[in-house]
Amino acid sequence: MATYNLTVNGQRHKVDAEEDMPLLWVIRDLIGLKGTKYGCGLAQCGACTIHIDGTPMRSCQLPISALKKKQKITTIEGIGTPELMHAVQEAWVEEQVPQCGYCQSGQIMSAVALLADNPRPSDQDIDTYMSGNICRCGTYDRIRKAIHRASDRTEAKPMGTH
Amino acid sequence: MSVSTQRRQFLKQSLLGTAGLIIGVKTAGAGNELVKIFAEDLMTEINPFVLIDAMGKITLVNSRPDMGQGSHQAVSSLIAEELEVRLDQIQVISSDGRAKYGDQSSGGSSTVRGLWTNLRQAGAAAKEMLMQAAANKWNTTPDRCHADDGIVYLTGTDKKMTYGALAAEAAKLEIPKNPKLKDPKEFKILGKYHKRLDIPSKVLGSAVYGIDVVVPGMLYATTLHAPSVQGKLISFDDAAAKMVPGVKNIIKTKHEYPGGTTDALAIVASNYWSALKASKLITCHWEEGDLTTTLDTNFYFKEAYNAAEKEGIRAEEDGDFNAFYAASDKKLESTYETPFLAHAAIEPVNTTAHVKEDGSVEVWAPIQGPDGAVEETAKFLNIASDKVIMHSELLGGSFGRKAYMDFMKEAIDISRQVKAPVKLIWSREEDMTQGPFRPAMLSKMRGVIGENNRLAALSHHAIGESIQGQHWNSIMPYQADNWLSGELSKENHKYGFRVHHLSYSRIKTPIPILWWRSVYASNFAWGQECFIDEMAQKAGIDPIEARRQLLSRSPRDLKVLEKIAELNKANPLPTGHARGMAMFRSFETMGAALVEITKTNDVIKIVKVYSVLDCGQYVNPDNVKAQTEGNIAMGLSAAVKGGITFTQGKCDQTNYHQYQVMRISEMPQVEIHIIENLEKPGGVGEPGLPPIAPALGNAIFNLTKKRWYKLPIDLSTV
Repeated sequence: MATYNLTVNGQRHKVDAEEDMPLLWVIRDLIGLKGTKYGCGLAQCGACTIHIDGTPMRSCQLPISALKKKQKITTIEGIGTPELMHAVQEAWVEEQVPQCGYCQSGQIMSAVALLADNPRPSDQDIDTYMSGNICRCGTYDRIRKAIHRASDRTEAKPMGTH
Repeated sequence: MSVSTQRRQFLKQSLLGTAGLIIGVKTAGAGNELVKIFAEDLMTEINPFVLIDAMGKITLVNSRPDMGQGSHQAVSSLIAEELEVRLDQIQVISSDGRAKYGDQSSGGSSTVRGLWTNLRQAGAAAKEMLMQAAANKWNTTPDRCHADDGIVYLTGTDKKMTYGALAAEAAKLEIPKNPKLKDPKEFKILGKYHKRLDIPSKVLGSAVYGIDVVVPGMLYATTLHAPSVQGKLISFDDAAAKMVPGVKNIIKTKHEYPGGTTDALAIVASNYWSALKASKLITCHWEEGDLTTTLDTNFYFKEAYNAAEKEGIRAEEDGDFNAFYAASDKKLESTYETPFLAHAAIEPVNTTAHVKEDGSVEVWAPIQGPDGAVEETAKFLNIASDKVIMHSELLGGSFGRKAYMDFMKEAIDISRQVKAPVKLIWSREEDMTQGPFRPAMLSKMRGVIGENNRLAALSHHAIGESIQGQHWNSIMPYQADNWLSGELSKENHKYGFRVHHLSYSRIKTPIPILWWRSVYASNFAWGQECFIDEMAQKAGIDPIEARRQLLSRSPRDLKVLEKIAELNKANPLPTGHARGMAMFRSFETMGAALVEITKTNDVIKIVKVYSVLDCGQYVNPDNVKAQTEGNIAMGLSAAVKGGITFTQGKCDQTNYHQYQVMRISEMPQVEIHIIENLEKPGGVGEPGLPPIAPALGNAIFNLTKKRWYKLPIDLSTV
């Protein structure tokens, strides 16, 4: 057991946790942010995707002790608000992407990172980048369309930081 | 119990989830007392589905849990259309299992087609009561008034009153028994594209699923089950597990499986990670008995193939098929196979339950029917139904799994034992290996080609375990399973074979089975539709033409077939590509698919899927398309990805690395066409799935001249 200082969505948190506790469970059960989801615990489904300094990571396989000081964690709750959605979230609404919606936090976190890395991805780029995120409801076609839509919208301005 | 105005305000502002709430109310001098408050205690109930508060906020009740199929929007749309309110004027809450909401089970693609008339009537009745209340106030009659967007107007004047102002008076009036429904020409919501109200919270990460529910003082639990599903727990070694910080209890609980009950082991902790970690450190010894032989997919298929060599129990017969077959010299026989499949919804099964000191219980569960959940909970605890408070939570996918409430009862039992609220989450491994599963099935097909190369006779011998039989022991040894025969009957497929035969052989198995998206249709469309193509090939006629001849007396189905033919013709086929089609009716909707493939570097690539659906009238065209897109993805998973196998009493697939499902890189382009008509609504959630695998199988034959009989198809070995 140890005490850890984390910055999540710009806010500081102090948590007591076992060294091997995956960040997924720290975020969900200790900090109380439920938007990041458990789907497999084996980094196979992508539902637990968060950003560490903007890089997408599967939090179910990331022990809290592996985090370095000053690394910034971003979860889905830090990407946008009801009043000010991220361009990706707006595109997701425009294309009516979610069905059950459970995988979509992870999908959006991956898509935001993709567009930060590659503002004008091809279908092939999208397929490669996003294939770690499973959607059992089968919203893949709309995910592709929404990423293109978000990419068109954000081309004119720089990508927002988290 | 009176509720103070202040408390009322607070409750209105907090998010109403279900129709039944529970809050802590401080009574004078007595400390906190938990009381049950219903939504209708806070707002005026015009009828069970329509509630209006003093501010005029309109709340509609969705009586069918949303698992992604869009019932939240669809059910409220049915009511809102006739109530004459816009979708942005309403909030939607879930029903809580009470009888006044009627049948609250989502599944069987039955929500819209089952509630199309009843809920429109609920909306229309409420509107008529509000109009009557306004007419009374203005000393006139309702025919001199009209309602629009939540306001009643005295037509031709500037007199108007909001629904909020009228609600109290309206609620006192008698509910009209035969309210007038709108002509579809007047629809503003139904049949039109509207954005789904539940989507914003799903992109913001604020939607609360069953797994996300937090209850003060709750403990977290996970359960371990016998690898053989039914095995008894003989002993366990939990020494290492107890050492994990946060672990509170390790206790035995009961696990229900289709047809019986056995043990499970529960690990209870202060947080889920501790419970999960501890569960992996426990060694259990289970008594498996002969399950090491019988809980085995090879064993099951061996019995199934044996049964294929014999006659099945006759379900339906039109003419003497065996005689006709024996006398014919142009005939064909093939056996088609489909595997066991997991539901594999990304949210694993879970429930939060609190059994209280007074013996009542509160449950928060992502299940496909709060009414059934209340009934099963009451029975399980041997208490009256009104001692059960059920919160119907949002489901992170289900596809049939969360209609079987074994996990809910585990959570309730654990809570009862530890005397605290408990959130039980099955690990992905338990969720995947325990099932229950879509059953594996065989279709033993036989057919005769008659004069003029017309397809003259069809026999479909369906072979496999029965859901009804396994769950309720309700199939006699001499009976054909009627759920199954309903799907394959002549009445269902409408193919005009001169001679038609349908039979069934049950293969009993301890492998637990359940309904899965499109149930038996997902298995048997594969045999039926691939075989019709086989027969067409043998007869030397085009498969579409063969079906055209067989459907000559079924204009609605012909229209679907002609749409497929039109799409095939209108989109020129590139060189090196091939297409195949299939059509299957399920849940009162005809679904058809045209699959286009090519071969690149020796691997089959699925390029595009065209789906055509005749589902009669529908609520939201975009949601019909979304459901069909989802059915394409799941149908392709079922066709090309490995199924669930059991080897000597143990499931071989434990997580998504071993049980693979479609990923975005494998998803083809899709194009969905809805046949427009004013027929009564048919199902939408499932019918797009059954034709997918056979359309693909038929496309593969058209490209390679190789016929696949067993699913899954390995696209790299074709």
